[in-house]
Amino acid sequence: MTTDVALPTAVSLQFPSAAPRPSLDCPAFNVPADGALALLHYLRDTQGYDFLMDVTAIDWSAEVSPRFTVVWHLYSSTKHTYVRVAAECASDAEPAMPTATGLWAGADWHEREAYDMFGIKFTGHPDLRRILMWDAYPYFPLRKEFPLAGLPTEMSDADINAEIGVGVISAPMVGGPFVATPGEPMSAAEPRAKDEAWSEKREKPE
Amino acid sequence: MVAASPEVTYNSKIEGDITVTRVDAAINWLRTNSMWPMPMGLACCAIELMATASSRFDIARFGAEVMRFSPRQSDCMIVAGTVTYKMAPVVRRIYDQMAAPKWVIAMGACASSGGMYRSYATLQGVDRIIPVDVYVSGCPPRPEALLDALMKLQAKVRQEPALKKQFSAA
Ligand code: SF4
Repeated sequence: MTTDVALPTAVSLQFPSAAPRPSLDCPAFNVPADGALALLHYLRDTQGYDFLMDVTAIDWSAEVSPRFTVVWHLYSSTKHTYVRVAAECASDAEPAMPTATGLWAGADWHEREAYDMFGIKFTGHPDLRRILMWDAYPYFPLRKEFPLAGLPTEMSDADINAEIGVGVISAPMVGGPFVATPGEPMSAAEPRAKDEAWSEKREKPE
Repeated sequence: MVAASPEVTYNSKIEGDITVTRVDAAINWLRTNSMWPMPMGLACCAIELMATASSRFDIARFGAEVMRFSPRQSDCMIVAGTVTYKMAPVVRRIYDQMAAPKWVIAMGACASSGGMYRSYATLQGVDRIIPVDVYVSGCPPRPEALLDALMKLQAKVRQEPALKKQFSAA
């Protein structure tokens, strides 16, 4: 992968508030939330980063403040290089970020997904609804405090909910979670070692 | 001597064209040999369901080749794939729309138990929302396994009192 070596200097001249962000691959910048759109606009129109690859977010957990970071990945179809832009949300309780739908129409669904999973409100978004979970779902599943197994709640359809009694339940975690983590010894990395099953001896975690 | 009325006596001319049977056996014979499936293809298992329907495995040999995309016309819902909580009310509603008698095959690990998706988004087995008649193991099950499930379902239907399902909701 080629890197845009001239980009960091050009950006720091134009945007003194954009700090370089540690990155192992492409150039990356930290910007204040209110300056993010200006930088994205500059990257699109002046630097040729015409394709918005992804909009996502990071939850640094409830103990950390600022808690939420929004990340944009851009690609240039002329230079064939990538750039990453990150901005922290000012509020931890009501995270918000200006929408990029004015710059790329494709930001629409990415932002709806980030809203669905993290609860970040993209101000100015034309249609900010959940995209994967149903509209009345009460949680934001990719937040750190949300358990993989899920929390009990109602299903989307009220009469079907009434008919079957219990709606959404926590998934059983016997033998799981079924993910392996890199960098640990095999005995600790494999899914079986992470068994979250609860029994008489091991209480169900609250 | 009273002449026998020709309408009610045994007519030897049509002997051999009459089969005496029980109503249950006759109705169930009809049902088992034309079980129209409702293909509830929700994930990767649906690919195997399609393979089962196409020429190599040919589910038509068992009378179940008429996949109906209208629940009103189908007898047997084949739930092939991962049922998410968002989709679950829809699956239940389609099941409710099917006319009795109706049956359900849960095809694959996901439909039977949630499979590998032990997560907040996945219904942990379609039997939480609809009654399942046959479960098929596998991820995905081979087409032979689905055909076997269909034959098992046919064996089950053959033993049912034919009118029992007609009036019950489930
Ligand atoms: S059982 Fe396996 S093949 Fe079938 S839907 Fe689930 S993951 Fe896909």
